[in-house]
Amino acid sequence: MTSLKKQGVADAEHALHLLRQMLRVRRLEEKCIELYSAAKIRGFLHVYIGEEAVAAGVMETLAPGDAVVATYREHGHALLRGVSAGAILAEMYGHAEGCCRGRGGSMHLFDAATRFYGGNAIVAGGLPLAVGLALADRMAGRQRVTVCFFGEGAVAEGEFHESMNLAALWQLPVLFCCENNLYAMGTALGRSESQTDIALKAAGYEIPAWAVDGMDVLAVEEAARRAVEAVRSGGGPHFLELRTYRFRAHSMFDPELYREKSEVAQWMERDPISLLQGSMQAAGQLAEKDWTDLQADVAAEISTAVGFAENGTLEPVSELGRFVYSDRPDDGSAGSGGGPGHGETTGKGGAAR
Amino acid sequence: MKTTYREAMRAALRDAMQRDDRVFLMGEDVGRYGGSFAVSLGLLEEFGPERIRDTPLSESGFVGAGIGSALGGMRPVVEIMTVNFSLLALDQIINNAATLLHMSGGQFNVPIVIRMTTGAGRQLGAQHSHSLEGWYAHIPGLRILAPATLADARGMLWTALQDPDPVLIFEHGSLYNVAGELDDDAGAVDIDKAAVLRHGDGLTLVTYGGTLPMVLEAANRLAGEDIDADVIDLRTLRPLDAHTVVDSVARTHRAVVVDEGWRSGSISAEIAARICEQAFFDLDAPVERVCSLEVPVPYAKHLEQAALPSVERVMAAARRAVGANG
Repeated sequence: MTSLKKQGVADAEHALHLLRQMLRVRRLEEKCIELYSAAKIRGFLHVYIGEEAVAAGVMETLAPGDAVVATYREHGHALLRGVSAGAILAEMYGHAEGCCRGRGGSMHLFDAATRFYGGNAIVAGGLPLAVGLALADRMAGRQRVTVCFFGEGAVAEGEFHESMNLAALWQLPVLFCCENNLYAMGTALGRSESQTDIALKAAGYEIPAWAVDGMDVLAVEEAARRAVEAVRSGGGPHFLELRTYRFRAHSMFDPELYREKSEVAQWMERDPISLLQGSMQAAGQLAEKDWTDLQADVAAEISTAVGFAENGTLEPVSELGRFVYSDRPDDGSAGSGGGPGHGETTGKGGAAR
Repeated sequence: MKTTYREAMRAALRDAMQRDDRVFLMGEDVGRYGGSFAVSLGLLEEFGPERIRDTPLSESGFVGAGIGSALGGMRPVVEIMTVNFSLLALDQIINNAATLLHMSGGQFNVPIVIRMTTGAGRQLGAQHSHSLEGWYAHIPGLRILAPATLADARGMLWTALQDPDPVLIFEHGSLYNVAGELDDDAGAVDIDKAAVLRHGDGLTLVTYGGTLPMVLEAANRLAGEDIDADVIDLRTLRPLDAHTVVDSVARTHRAVVVDEGWRSGSISAEIAARICEQAFFDLDAPVERVCSLEVPVPYAKHLEQAALPSVERVMAAARRAVGANG
């Protein structure tokens, strides 16, 4: 079994790629915090720092046609699914060049090209969507997989249980990835759940489920690969509980009164980036120059992305009413479809419907 | 041909399933049971359990799965037994179906059709009797239909399935047994325009859905009192075709709005406001409203009937509007 418990890695080149992926997420979000503090970006901002091994390990196992559903802590998922850092940052700037033309923001990143379905700010709200995406593939006879990320807080919601039941009942091709970072905002798992073993809950729905060390990117990737292959080959839904930790507060507004600094410090000793980097260095698999180059590459990517976002444009307010309803081919306007009498109109027509 | 509202709905479903193999029906008891209102009776045998898909009692789960399947390229028709139960799926309907297109900057449309019954009158108590379609009509991103006639029961579904955006169809429970003649070749109907079902110059009666038969009866009886009414069936509550209403009021100068929902914050409030905004100087009398009394709908027959709009209440409002007999 591949794991960072051993010294060194089996495939140093691949490990370097994973290290790069995690570092891209880390640096992007460190920049987000900086930009937030500078009031360049607003709204809620939830960063993933500490949890990068989860997105990096799982995304690695997906094919281009697969679908991904994520939560409001999804910058890393979007980036590693293939949305450019520039499009992500521009979205947070509220610019037209953002991946949702400024209508989604940090919590609602979407991208049709990579089948990235958000970006859902309602806890557990994405789970039924993932079930439905998998149902569509199943009914159309496509060998695609839908991966659904959600936090451990979601397991208290009814939609979690409804989704587990439906997916298992109908044997749908979906991989559930529970990012168990132990806190639903400030509520510790043990204070909100009678049964804290989440994989066990999924198993109760007859879904094959494993708990995985979510700080070990190689372990995550291996478990995800096994699960994705099983799902793709018709094995029905699978479930991974990825045990991880967020090093930062829940959001930029969180004073973090609910956990001890010593607990955070303890988890930071298992920083997924340092863990892989340290293991490779100790085994002589990561040359100093490679590490330096990697950091420089990532810094350049983020810097370019900031430039792109910074130079973005504002969506004209005349476009405000677009995308409330789909553009109709018959009238060419933005979902006006509406005929007369809708009173006030905003933008190209849809808003007043 | 002679048919019923229920049979017209079923014919619409069958037709849609035959025309497009992406269409499937999903909901509680739609399959083996035949539909809680027998709308889908026989369709399981015809189309099989993949396309006539029974679900567990988990409204949020299967409505959300319907939305997901629409995102994935299917054309789901999701049946919720009653509007009361749809409240368990509000998150999916409002936070996802109505919202995804906009939040994604136009990338993800949600071509789902959600059907549900609405309305009172059958002594089912508060939790099966409410009329909440006006709430849904509040939400940008949704299209809200209320078929009141056989032609609309037959024709609105296919039009709804052609819509790239989420459409909610509200079927009043008292309409399923309504029988009448429907053209043999009846098919898809326009859903953008209200219909003027009766013409008169005395006043405008505006309604939709389950209260339409009552309003038509009231109009006929009022005609015996020399009060001739336009009767407008709104058909679509969002987008609202206020134009047809305003045109009529400009001619009749009086309006009564009939709505089985509660008066406060209702669709009738919206219609009255539109009339005031767009036809104020045409009005010769205040806009009247006939709505349900502001109580949860009770079980006992006499109490339930007292709470709901009635022919008598519509007629009384009409007389007030035209200044006849107070």
